[in-house]
Amino acid sequence: MKNRNVLWIALLGATLTAGLAGSAWSDDDYRKFKKGMRGGPDVAKAENPAYVKECGSCHFAYQPGFLPSESWIKLMAGLADHFGDNAELAPEDQKSITDYLTANSADKSGQKAAVKIMKSIKTSQPPLRITQTPYFVHEHREIPLKLYKDNPKVKSLSHCNRCHVNAGEGSFNEHEVNIPGVGRWED
Amino acid sequence: MKGLSVLAAVLIFAGGAAPSFAGVVDDLLVGYKALGVADFSAARGKEMWTKEFKSAKTGKTISCATCHTTDLKQASKHAETGEAIEPLAPSVNPKRLADPKFVEKWFGRNCKQTLGRECTAQEKGDFLMFMRAW
Ligand code: HEC
Ligand code: HEC
Ligand code: HEC
Repeated sequence: MKNRNVLWIALLGATLTAGLAGSAWSDDDYRKFKKGMRGGPDVAKAENPAYVKECGSCHFAYQPGFLPSESWIKLMAGLADHFGDNAELAPEDQKSITDYLTANSADKSGQKAAVKIMKSIKTSQPPLRITQTPYFVHEHREIPLKLYKDNPKVKSLSHCNRCHVNAGEGSFNEHEVNIPGVGRWED
Repeated sequence: MKGLSVLAAVLIFAGGAAPSFAGVVDDLLVGYKALGVADFSAARGKEMWTKEFKSAKTGKTISCATCHTTDLKQASKHAETGEAIEPLAPSVNPKRLADPKFVEKWFGRNCKQTLGRECTAQEKGDFLMFMRAW
């Protein structure tokens, strides 16, 4: 692991030098480098202001690319009993947010995580929770329960941004994980 | 002279039109009165704030204070998700009670969630009096 890190630093250092010398980096590359983001985003960012405002007040505003359209339609039709809470919307927001979610859902996205989630869902009734999609379960199977369920700073796997430091950017790389009170994830 | 009084009028107008929680709350109270409520009471609002209900959905005991605590000047956390909630008291958080649509939306969600039904105009007015008194 140590060696791998050294290699990464060397590689990044080399790329940076090359980049500065030749100005070959785009602004976007540089931003990713500064944030420590590796590779492209796993899902497209959630950029609809009404969505982020209305669906980001009680938890992280999940990117639409994490669930298929069918899941979003069902979830949006049941906001009066939303996983035990009430998240009802004004009718105009209800429609615009449903449209936004279904236009950018996993089945309509080309990003890595969206494609993998779609591939992992084998039933005709996709789950309403991202955390219940087979791809998600598989990716998080090695994390001990005590690091989130018994960790008051995390509470449950539903709170992506508490561990994935670049979650808001749509980047969920395993090397960009920092579990509150625990630290970086090394496997 | 004339210029000055115009300026003064503009200033007064701007002052009155600026979003202030007092104006928004007063407007909401006027609306509730129009529905037949005679008077509002911060003390009743306070009592209701900590009154506990048993949620039909989750089986857990819940009150307004479960998420907002009893010190409205402090930030708190959503009891289920742990998401931060900024202080509700408009005296320390000028963004509070500043948008009638936002207030009614959260009364709608939070009353159904806590009481298992919508709040009456009386209850909403009492809550506003209680929150504004902080
Ligand atoms: C009033 C608070 C509230 C609002 C507003 C809200 N949610 Fe939620 N949401 C919750 C709670 C509580 C959970 C369950 C969290 C848990 O299990 O830890 C949840 C869970 C979810 C999950 C499942 C996460 C997982 O485990 O994979 C999705 C998806 C979701 N919400 C989408 C939305 C969308 C879309 C909106 C906007 C229409 C929204 N939420 C607005 C409270 C809210
Ligand atoms: C307790 C901290 C924690 C939470 C909360 C969490 N994750 Fe993760 N996630 C991880 C860790 C650690 C890994 C890497 C696991 C491994 O490599 O074994 C990971 C891996 C991933 C991956 C695969 C990344 C890759 O490089 O292939 C995706 C995608 C992902 N998480 C998405 C999510 C989403 C979406 C949420 C919220 C619904 C979430 N995670 C919540 C810790 C967390
Ligand atoms: C399950 C958690 C929860 C409970 C219980 C709860 N609230 Fe809220 N409340 C919230 C959240 C989340 C917000 C929006 C957060 C934000 O704007 O930062 C909110 C916002 C509000 C607002 C909007 C204030 C403004 O203008 O910004 C009012 C008013 C309010 N709540 C009143 C109540 C009352 C009255 C009760 C009890 C009947 C109650 N709440 C119970 C979670 C809760």
